[in-house]
Amino acid sequence: MMDDGTELSLTIAQIVQRLKGSHLHSQIERQAKVSKGLLPEIKLESLKEDVQLPPSHPSAPPEHLKEPLAYMRKAQASWEKRVLKSLNSMSTELEVPLARMRPAVEQKELTNKWNEMGTDEPDLSRFRPVYAPKDFLEVLIGLRNPNHDSSEDVSIKSHWGLIQVPLNVRDIPQLRRAYSELNLTSGQLGIDDHAHIHPGIYQKFTYISCTIQDSAAAQQYSRQGCPTGLRADLWALILNSTNQPQDVMHYEQLMAGVIQHDLLVDNLIYKDVKLTASNDDYYFVFEDFLYQVLLCFSRDTAVLEHFKYNSATPPRSYIQGETINLLWTGVIPFHGFSMYVAPLCFLYNEPSKLYSVFREMYIRYFFRLHSISSSPSGIVSLCLQFERLLQTHLPQLFYHLRQIGAQPLRIAFKWMVRGFSGYLSTDQLLLLWDRILGYDSLEVVAVLAAAVFAFRAENLMEVTSLASAEAVLADLSTLKVIPLIQIFLFATAI
Amino acid sequence: MSDSADDIKPVSCTIKPPVYLQIGDTKTDPSHSGVCVVDVTLPFGKPVNIEEITFKNYYTAYVTVRLLRRSPGQEVPAKWSTTLRDLPLMDNPHTEGGSQDYFSIHRTQMQVEPDHVVSVRLILRQPSFAWLTFSLEDIRIFPHMEPDPEKEVSDWLSDLTLVDQHPDLEGLPDPQTVSSSIQQMWALTEVMQTNQTTASIGRFDVDGCYDINLLSLT
Repeated sequence: MMDDGTELSLTIAQIVQRLKGSHLHSQIERQAKVSKGLLPEIKLESLKEDVQLPPSHPSAPPEHLKEPLAYMRKAQASWEKRVLKSLNSMSTELEVPLARMRPAVEQKELTNKWNEMGTDEPDLSRFRPVYAPKDFLEVLIGLRNPNHDSSEDVSIKSHWGLIQVPLNVRDIPQLRRAYSELNLTSGQLGIDDHAHIHPGIYQKFTYISCTIQDSAAAQQYSRQGCPTGLRADLWALILNSTNQPQDVMHYEQLMAGVIQHDLLVDNLIYKDVKLTASNDDYYFVFEDFLYQVLLCFSRDTAVLEHFKYNSATPPRSYIQGETINLLWTGVIPFHGFSMYVAPLCFLYNEPSKLYSVFREMYIRYFFRLHSISSSPSGIVSLCLQFERLLQTHLPQLFYHLRQIGAQPLRIAFKWMVRGFSGYLSTDQLLLLWDRILGYDSLEVVAVLAAAVFAFRAENLMEVTSLASAEAVLADLSTLKVIPLIQIFLFATAI
Repeated sequence: MSDSADDIKPVSCTIKPPVYLQIGDTKTDPSHSGVCVVDVTLPFGKPVNIEEITFKNYYTAYVTVRLLRRSPGQEVPAKWSTTLRDLPLMDNPHTEGGSQDYFSIHRTQMQVEPDHVVSVRLILRQPSFAWLTFSLEDIRIFPHMEPDPEKEVSDWLSDLTLVDQHPDLEGLPDPQTVSSSIQQMWALTEVMQTNQTTASIGRFDVDGCYDINLLSLT
């Protein structure tokens, strides 16, 4: 009897081991992650325990699962209303419909120049971005919890920053425990191997990404950086983004959608790409790719699945006859949106693969950077964490900047909202995004923002106006991000 | 186990308004002590065995549950006992985590058996000065249902003998109308039998063949 039992468990263990290496495992994980939105911090290692937990309380209504705090839901809803109103008024003002069917001639024309849409120079002067990051910042600054006591006599807990919402954010001692792989004594790829990568490391990563295709291991190892040659495969593995025939077909269907219908937001995308990525030294070469990805993205209704755990709600149909929310994700691009895609163009040269990876990155991370929620990876928490880190560990600097009217968040916000894309040099940016994937959290973005201020603290103490503070922090392209983060987290005196 | 919320209705109880404990003179120095008491009285004369208490939090950090139980039959006066002390609802009393979440306290989490309960007292604590007010909302008490074994067996038996009550009648006529029309037809045949004639019914013949297509039932 005993032998049967142990033999059975051995067999089960072997089967599990074989399954883990197979594609079925990544499919299951993908499914789990789609429905895991209710537990955004789930890790594959703890999946076993987490699955046994009830995902939600039976009395909790669906909107509570998206966002538990009522005042945040309200703020997000009113922000969305404002943005949509702006879009609608743009549509009426410019007499451009929100969506229209393209005539056959136009469709043919677009099909022919699909790969070189960048050469097109449509008249976009009438279009303007619906909102810019600084507009969003004003909304976040105005966020208030109606139950929060902010009367004058509670000055002990005075917070010098702009965010007035009491979310729980981690401080340096907690971050040291959570980000222990970034310790000063652990080797990081991209710094400590500047001359050449140790062959053993390359072999290890090749084994993980090609031989056993272990997504969880890839995620764990990418905490110390990915080797450049294997980054594309590793990221695709971590994000469970495949390039199977069905994915290629899905992309082609979206392409067909772009050809058939013209959306108002397409013009906004064109405008954004022209204003941001095309002007950037690193990314202008990828202009055509950006159109191909973003135009398809705005029509990908599979993205609507993620709205189950996003506090945002997709806009409803506007066009008579045809329900537009079947055609449109409802994501309204803001000024700088195309910078989410641009760095990925360095890794993937096949549009359907690039699209697939970008979509995964968006629904896991980027959406949190421009919606109001209480999530620890949400932009509100990141802003608060940045301010708290600065106030706790660089109080003189914070006080000085506040006195001269240069609130640090006003400078750092634009970096964080874009995940630093367009501000750092590309190789450094990719190293930063390695950690976002490795730790499945955007916290490292807030930590880097604080670390940049710490690095330039001496110069900043000398400035006397907001403009000069901005000038000191204007050029981040020479920064080496990982040493900055390491020093800030592990060398700051507590 | 967890379909208690679906099947079982909460007990109708009276939730008294929360009483916030004050330190010092309430007129001149209204400082909150951070403690609040909510009394929930169950229907008079009907002690309840509690299965679960559910509620929605509103910025309460810790909750203590006390029960007033009266043992049945005996003339012993009812006694208060603490069944759960300082259950944390918020990870950090100063920050938002858990502040507006839904919670359940199940009888298995209680240190004292929640049987024959007459009244429930919830003591809420919020030590942080960050919040203007704190309370619990939508408090519901679910009674414990003893599964009745005999009832279950008879249910099972009756399921066997009972013809399926909702047959899948896609496209088919309703059995009731069919049976009533059959009854009518039977009555008609009875009438026919009593009024028999010698006339031959004949046969539909077209050119010597018997074409079934020409049969009409109307």
